Amino acid sequence: MWDYIKLIALGLVAVLAAIAAGYARDLAYQVNAVEVMLAAVIAFIWVLRTMGSRQPVAQNEYFDGVVRAGVIATTFWGVVGFLVAVIIAFQLAYPALNFEWAQGYLNFGKLRPLHTSAVIFAFGGNALIASSFYVVQRTSAARLFGGNSLGWFVFWGYNLFIVLAATGYILGATQSKEYAEPEWYVDIWLTIVWVAYLLAFLGTIFKRKEPHIYVANWFYLSFIVTIAMLHIVNNLSIPVSFFGSKSVQVFSGVQDAMTQWWYGHNAVGFFLTAGFLGMMYYFVPKQAERPVYSYKLSIVHFWALIFLYIWAGPHHLHYTALPDWASTLGMTFSVILWMPSWGGMINGLMTLSGAWDKLRTDPIIRMMVVSVGFYGMSTFEGPMMSIKAVNSLSHYTDWTIGHVHSGALGWNGMITFGMLYFLVPRLWAREGLYSLKLVSWHFWLSTIGIVLYAASMWVAGIMQGLMWREVDSQGFLVNAFADTVAAMHPMFVVRGLGGVLYLTGGIIMAYNLWMTVARQPRVESRSVAAVPAE
Amino acid sequence: MDYHIFREFADSWFLIFMFVFFLAVVAWVFRPGSRKTYEDTSEIPFRHEDKPANASEAGESRSSKD
Repeated sequence: MWDYIKLIALGLVAVLAAIAAGYARDLAYQVNAVEVMLAAVIAFIWVLRTMGSRQPVAQNEYFDGVVRAGVIATTFWGVVGFLVAVIIAFQLAYPALNFEWAQGYLNFGKLRPLHTSAVIFAFGGNALIASSFYVVQRTSAARLFGGNSLGWFVFWGYNLFIVLAATGYILGATQSKEYAEPEWYVDIWLTIVWVAYLLAFLGTIFKRKEPHIYVANWFYLSFIVTIAMLHIVNNLSIPVSFFGSKSVQVFSGVQDAMTQWWYGHNAVGFFLTAGFLGMMYYFVPKQAERPVYSYKLSIVHFWALIFLYIWAGPHHLHYTALPDWASTLGMTFSVILWMPSWGGMINGLMTLSGAWDKLRTDPIIRMMVVSVGFYGMSTFEGPMMSIKAVNSLSHYTDWTIGHVHSGALGWNGMITFGMLYFLVPRLWAREGLYSLKLVSWHFWLSTIGIVLYAASMWVAGIMQGLMWREVDSQGFLVNAFADTVAAMHPMFVVRGLGGVLYLTGGIIMAYNLWMTVARQPRVESRSVAAVPAE
Repeated sequence: MDYHIFREFADSWFLIFMFVFFLAVVAWVFRPGSRKTYEDTSEIPFRHEDKPANASEAGESRSSKD
C-alpha cells in the first residue's frame, strides 16, 4: 500500500519535472528540472524493483547503511571541494587560467560559490548528517527513527540538493547571497529535506533508552533547528515565474543585507561551529577513551554559545548603511562570544588530560587536537577582527579569507578527517585503518598547508589594508586597487601551494579509507560477543 | 504588532527573561548532587557502541559498561 503511494508520488514528480523542463525559461532551470526528473525516475525504479522483497527494519541493530553512504559522500565531496579550491586559488594568482573558451561557465566568479558550497554544504553537511546519525543512535541507544526510508530520504535528498545547487551555479542560477546562492525551488527542496532530517533526529532522541540527552545531541539539535530558521528567513523570495530560476527578494536594501549576514554569520555559528562541536563532544572522548573533561562546562558552553552567537552577524557590516547601534551590538556580542568559544576549546583539549602521551602514538587524536587548537585560534581572531578599529583595516581584504580558512581547514576539516578515520574501520567492521603512516602524512600535509594559507593571507590582507589607506602629503590615495592586486601576487601563489598540500592530504585520506575497506581483514562481529544471551 | 512594540518588548522583558534563563541554567548545572549525574551522563558514549539497548536492559543501562 505504502509503496504504491510512493510510486504514484514519484511518477507524478517525474512527469511534472518533465513538463517544467519543457516550459523552462532558462538553461539552469531546465537542467535542474531534468535532474529532478532523473532522480524521481531512479527512485521510482528502485521502489518498484524492491517492492515486497525489502527486509523488515531490525530494531535491535543500528542503522549504519546511511552513515556509510554519508562517509563516502563526505570523502568524495571533500576532494572535489578542495580541487575546485586549488583551481580558483590559481585563477586568482594567474588570471590567464580563466580560459576564454570557458568564459561564463568556469571563470572565478562561477567557480567560487561552487567551491564554498562544495566544502561547506557538501563536505561539511554530509559529515554533519552522517556523524549526527551515528552519534544520536549510539548516545540514545536506539535505532534511527523513521525506519530506513527516512534516513535514506535525508541522505539522497540532501545530495540531490547539492547537485541541483552546483549545476545551477555553473549555468547561472544564483540569488547572489553569499552561502545562500541556490534559487527558490532548490531552497524549497532543502527545506523539505531539512524537516525530514529534524524528524529523524528528534524522533531518535524521543525514543532514546538513555535517561539523559548527551551533550553532543544538544549541539547537533541546535544546529538543525537554527539552520532551518536561518534558511527560511534568508530565502524569503518571490519567483518571477514557476518555470524560471529567477526570484526577487522580499527584503531590500540594508534590511536585506542585515538578514543576509544574520544568516551568514549564523551559518558559521551553527553549521560550522555548533554542529562540529557536536562531533567534538563525541569523537574526541571516544578516540581519547575518556569522558569529556567537564560535563558541567559543556552545558554552560552550549547555552552561552547559542545565546550569544545569534547576535554577532552585524559585524560583517561595519561602516555600511547599517545603523551604528546595530554594528556596535554585533561587535560587542562577538567579543563576548570569545568566552564560551574558549570554554569549549578548553573542554575539548582537557579531555586529553592524563592521556597526552596518545599524541605521540595516535595521529587521529593529533588531528583532533590540532582541530580544537585551530578552533581556539580562529575564535580568538574572529572577535578581534569584529572590533570596529581592527575591522576598518581588515574588512574587504584577504585577512578575512585567511581567518575563514584557518577555521574551515583547521577546525572543520581536521575534526572531520578525525571523524572519518574513527568511523570507517567501525562502520565496515575492519581491523583498524589500512595505514597510520598515511594518516601522519595527511596530518602534516594539511597542517603545513593551513599554515601556508593563513600566513600568506595575513600578510596579503594587512598589506592590502595598509595600501588602501595610504595617502600622500596632499591627501591623495597613493595606490590604485590594481596596485594592491599586483603586490599580492606572491602571497596568492603561496596560498595556492598551501591548497595543493591540503588537497594532496585529502587524496591520501581517500586512498587510505578505500584501502581500509578493501584490504583490511574483517572483524568477526564484535557485537555478538558483547551482548548477553536473552 | 508593530515594530516599536515588538522592539520594546524584545529589549526589556525578553532580554531579562533570556538573561535570567541563562543564570538559572548555570545555577542548575552547579546544583548539589549534579556531579554524580553528570559523571554518569558523560559515560554515555562508552555504552551501547554496537547495539541499541533492549527494552529489558533500559533500566540497568546506568551500570552496564562495555
